[in-house]
Amino acid sequence: MAKGRVTVREEFCKSCGLCVEACPKKTLRIADHLNPKGHRPVEQFKPDDCVGCAMCARICPDVVLTVYKID
Amino acid sequence: MSETQVFGMPKVWKSEVHTHYCPGCTHGIAHRLVCEAIEELGIQNRTMALAPVGCAVFMHQYLDIDMMEAAHGRAPATATGMKTVRADKIVFTYQGDGDLASIGMGEIVHAMNRSLPLTVIFINNAIYGMTGGQMAPTTLLGQKSTTSPTGRDAKVNGYPIRVSELLATLAGPAYIERVALTSPKYIIKAKQAILKAFKNQVENKGVSFVECLSTCPTNWGKRPVDACKWLEETMMPYYPLGVLKDFE
Ligand SMILES: Cc1ncc(C[n+]2csc(CCOP(=O)(O)OP(=O)(O)O)c2C)c(N)n1
Repeated sequence: MAKGRVTVREEFCKSCGLCVEACPKKTLRIADHLNPKGHRPVEQFKPDDCVGCAMCARICPDVVLTVYKID
Repeated sequence: MSETQVFGMPKVWKSEVHTHYCPGCTHGIAHRLVCEAIEELGIQNRTMALAPVGCAVFMHQYLDIDMMEAAHGRAPATATGMKTVRADKIVFTYQGDGDLASIGMGEIVHAMNRSLPLTVIFINNAIYGMTGGQMAPTTLLGQKSTTSPTGRDAKVNGYPIRVSELLATLAGPAYIERVALTSPKYIIKAKQAILKAFKNQVENKGVSFVECLSTCPTNWGKRPVDACKWLEETMMPYYPLGVLKDFE
């Protein structure tokens, strides 16, 4: 059961990949589709492994991610 | 089962703006940390700031506070004027290394020496970002830029300036710290430093200065993740992190 959840403001993501690198559980990846600005946004492909640590959001330069803890 | 939000957008950040920064540029992180500090101290409606000339020139469009644009390098001088006439306001400058350490070196030295309660956020990315990657006073020895195509040579260009160390020799400043914006662990420390720099001003403690080691993936010619690694491996040994001056 997931301990955390992440939402992505897709249209603001610039596909830099810093969050993908920062996630200790490797739950994020760059998606295949494009956003309106022409970037491939980040997506959480292993939501069950998310612990809600917010490392991804802390390194995001564009405030794309919102993080929730589930208990 | 219940859900609590542990990380969200700070109120000071204008939510609907698309920043013009390149993907992975750490200017955005520095902006966000400033927003968080302003929100946590509850000073949004009495903060006035100076945007620099450099990549952060449009900063006033991204933060929901009063901001002014100063001439290249002159933000500390303009901030001195603002703080002098409106001592009740919280005034900060946000400056790059071309802005602060090159054309604005005189202004920052005198503002730090005078030590009015101001906050200075200094973004050191070892290059001129906006103008296309020319050598800055902080460019490392051997580092290539458009004006040092074979790498910076000490005989021709002098040595890179450690601005925080230089300013820490002055008697005036209340607080000087160098932080980095390349990984969550450094960003958490950077947040504490920026918060303290603003808190010092709220408590009227003299000038506080935070140097943020930042990346410029585009002009360094590196992917954002590699730029962070390069910063940690190459820049950090020359620009060590830590507190250089703390009045208390
Ligand atoms: C008086 C004056 N001289 C030169 C310039 C050209 N100029 C614009 S930005 C810049 C350097 C910016 O570099 P930095 O402060 O490191 O900021 P960054 O873009 O890297 O964030 C220069 C030289 C100018 N705008 N005004």
